[in-house]
Amino acid sequence: MNAFVALIVRDMRLATRAGGGALLAVIFFAAVAALVPLGVGADLKLLGRIAGGVLWVAAVLAALLSLDRVFQSDFEDGSLDVIVLGPLPLEAVALAKMCAHWLTTGLPLTVLSPVLALLFNMPAKGYDALLASLALGTPAISAIGAIGAGLTLSVRRGGLILPLLILPLISPAVIFGAGAILASLDGLANGAFPLLAAFSFVSVLLSPFAAAAAVRLNLAG
Amino acid sequence: MSERGQSLGWTTLFEFANPKRFMDVTGAIIPWLAALTAITIGAGLYLAFFVVPPDYQQGDTVKIMFIHVPAAIVAMMAYVAIAVASLFGLVNRHPLADVAAKTAAPLGAVFTALALITGSLWGRPMWGTYWVWDARLTSFLILLFLYLGYIALWNAIEDEVRAARAAAILALVGVVDVVIVKYSVEWWSTLHQGESIMRPGAIAPIFEWPLFLMMGGYGALFFLLWIIRIRTEILERRARALLRRMGEV
Amino acid sequence: MEHFFAMGGYGAYIWPAYGASFLGLAAMIWSSLRSYSRAKRQLRELECEAPS
Repeated sequence: MNAFVALIVRDMRLATRAGGGALLAVIFFAAVAALVPLGVGADLKLLGRIAGGVLWVAAVLAALLSLDRVFQSDFEDGSLDVIVLGPLPLEAVALAKMCAHWLTTGLPLTVLSPVLALLFNMPAKGYDALLASLALGTPAISAIGAIGAGLTLSVRRGGLILPLLILPLISPAVIFGAGAILASLDGLANGAFPLLAAFSFVSVLLSPFAAAAAVRLNLAG
Repeated sequence: MSERGQSLGWTTLFEFANPKRFMDVTGAIIPWLAALTAITIGAGLYLAFFVVPPDYQQGDTVKIMFIHVPAAIVAMMAYVAIAVASLFGLVNRHPLADVAAKTAAPLGAVFTALALITGSLWGRPMWGTYWVWDARLTSFLILLFLYLGYIALWNAIEDEVRAARAAAILALVGVVDVVIVKYSVEWWSTLHQGESIMRPGAIAPIFEWPLFLMMGGYGALFFLLWIIRIRTEILERRARALLRRMGEV
Repeated sequence: MEHFFAMGGYGAYIWPAYGASFLGLAAMIWSSLRSYSRAKRQLRELECEAPS
């Protein structure tokens, strides 16, 4: 338990340092959200309707920014080899890194989202769904993203193909997450939340194994 | 399966999968497979254009079905083949399994793109738009991205063995995902639009023959090209091995 | 003849669909055959060079 928590704390500290990427993700999130109304026009009714989807897409893109660093920086300076020799199995290491990534990107983005939803004039009844869907869904982004990060470990400029690998894989989260917000705006029964929760749960449960397998094959060379 | 039958089955699978055996067997069947492909596609096209009448509701656009549905089926079949080959490659470490997975991907991607293009052109006169975010089209778009990502990963990693394993992991994760995507979009469509739009429903018998012929032809074409590409890869590996030996001498 | 190309007014959709499919299939066939013959040629050249 101790080693696990220690790894999470260490990664969080590294991420929140200057140049660590966490702050960048938050700023990027806000920037994308602010950019969309400029492109789409100031029709407040329209903006209110698309707010959920836009914030979801922005959250995914922002999380992607810091994802390639999840294993890469430790891989490059050799710390990953040291961590692997430590008490934690590689699956636990992967899970710890996923947690650290979520705590430094997914969680801040979720907390910031209602403020940005104000810019979109999202109707009041959408706010609960917005917070809940991002809170439930962003862990899936960190989890599945870590698989991609592991797969592209030995690729130079791996950050470029990482979005291509990950976006198809997390699209169910976006579909359910944005769909949940839309359903609550329309006052419909919200079947999306159980589906989103199930998707997140399964992703977080299974991703450490896939990510560990991916890291393992890159370390073996 | 009887014990004898089972051991026969597995032995022949692995014998067949030995590269030299593979070259021999495929060398023999390629001409037949090519002939089968040409005949079935030719017959299918003939029936489609000269025998089949316009559909009661869809008019002549039903003819697009004969090239859309086969492409879509092959697109999905190719991905399943990649997933199965990837599983074999990871579990058995069989070198031909990795080759099989790698070579199927570009073919699958093209068939997926064809399914999307023909589907879009079929939808426009029917439902007024070139694109709808229904379950089928959306999951095919995701499938295309999965293929592109898979191919990109193979190309991005320099070491062949590592690339094979990484791609295999990606393929297996993707297979789970594409099923989930289809259901998620279906759910979303029923919530907001009612019935999913592109449901083929029952096909009138007169359309069955050309459709099945084209499906058979597309499938045969996929296998034909897949086999040729695997042979190419085997030859390339032999050449590389020769080069290495020559370099040592 | 014109009736054949018009396809009941849907020709603008049917022919591009068939055309794209033809191009796609042709491209796959051509690229598969081309890389195969190239690989065969290279291997033959190497086998001629190598003494064994």
